[in-house]
Amino acid sequence: MDHQAPPFFKHGPSPLTRFMFFALLSLVLMAVDARLNALNSLRQTLSVAVAPLQRLANYPAELLDRTGSFFVTQGRLQNENTAFRQRQLVQAVQLQSMQATQGENAYLRKILGIHQRRGESMVTTEIVYTGRDPFSQKIIVDKGSSHKIQAGQPALDDIGVIGQVTRVYPFSSEITLLTDKDQAIPVEIVRNGTRAIAFGHGQDGSLELPFMAANADIQNGDTLVTSGIDGIYPAGLPVAMVSKIERNAAFAKITCTPSAGVNRHKQLLILIGEVRPVQPPIPADPDADSKASVQKKKGH
Amino acid sequence: MHFAGSPELLKPASRKFVLLTLVCGLLLNLLPLHGLALLFRPDFVALILLFWAIREPRKLGFTASWIVGLLMDISDGAILGQHALAYVLGVYVAILLHRRIQRFTLWQQAAHVLLLLLLLQATMLLIRMFGGAVSPGAGYFLSCLTGTVLWPAMSQLLLLPQRGRQDTDPVYSAGHK
Repeated sequence: MDHQAPPFFKHGPSPLTRFMFFALLSLVLMAVDARLNALNSLRQTLSVAVAPLQRLANYPAELLDRTGSFFVTQGRLQNENTAFRQRQLVQAVQLQSMQATQGENAYLRKILGIHQRRGESMVTTEIVYTGRDPFSQKIIVDKGSSHKIQAGQPALDDIGVIGQVTRVYPFSSEITLLTDKDQAIPVEIVRNGTRAIAFGHGQDGSLELPFMAANADIQNGDTLVTSGIDGIYPAGLPVAMVSKIERNAAFAKITCTPSAGVNRHKQLLILIGEVRPVQPPIPADPDADSKASVQKKKGH
Repeated sequence: MHFAGSPELLKPASRKFVLLTLVCGLLLNLLPLHGLALLFRPDFVALILLFWAIREPRKLGFTASWIVGLLMDISDGAILGQHALAYVLGVYVAILLHRRIQRFTLWQQAAHVLLLLLLLQATMLLIRMFGGAVSPGAGYFLSCLTGTVLWPAMSQLLLLPQRGRQDTDPVYSAGHK
């Protein structure tokens, strides 16, 4: 019978065993994370550990930013000030006409018996850093669930839609940009009201409109706005502009450039109010109508 | 016979120091860079993990590597376990090869480290491709090159504390105090 001498030094399990153990653990974790949402609490817990480190890492850049803004010349400030005043004047006029339109719109909606769209409240946030994951297009902002931000809420800037909140931590949240590969947004063409769904393209920061027929009425330079039928994005927000159309196959290959961008400024708005979907048009045939009313009763 | 690497006897690094360097690496990785700077930024955590795995394999546990990887996953918003698996794999290969790699000069070590870093990145790329992500292109591997270039300087820096204590004469330092 073989008898092995006891080892001189206690090593514990061999490196291979340890490696296999942790590799297996990682694989299980990945599978669970990809398929189920069960790991959100683990994410939250670990994010608390990372948060102070992240704040510390952001500190030098913040300091640089602050010193930079302290030494701005007076001339530049004055120029900016006049520009802002002019813009404010223009916007005040626009606002007045918009208020008139809003009043009219509310009245018309009341007449038509359509639900009043709720006032959307919003939170201003600041971008802390752009996501480091090269596979996805994400940014991290400085407010989270403590400011009533929830996953699924839309994020905007002064021009249009930027993306959607995808993960929320207590004091920060992650926004997936429209240009991310997994992001889709229902849009319509301003010129003729054609509806479509825009998908992110991934790497080059553009959007795509798949499933549009080759002879679809769409032109270069067409503006796309949100159609609001998903109930997530309020209707009428600028999304993108059509930049390239190829009509070779059965489906046109349409590329669009997003209107809003995160590279210009640090502030973003997140709509935290509930946005109601626009009421679908009332169907003409009585059968469908009765079905709709049944559904309505169920809903109430 | 002359061995280019480890020509001097160094004091062993303390476990606290190893942990401290890992935290520093994490901090460097968390710097809010974007654009080109982010593309070229080496994975400091991976470099430091590989360094300790090669230099003092007993001081660096798989558990620590795995947890640091998880923290990287959280902060990057990546799938949980992506960095963790890559780091554990890298540390394992580095521990297997540590006796061999230690004998080379710093630049020759850097060549080995380049391969290890490429292995790490390729692992992460594979994991994400399985998840259905689009490949980010060859630029994804640029950070390995900067990591390799940084290796000699980083090794010198991380060995500094052990070396500093070595040079002082015990009698002299006692008298000095």
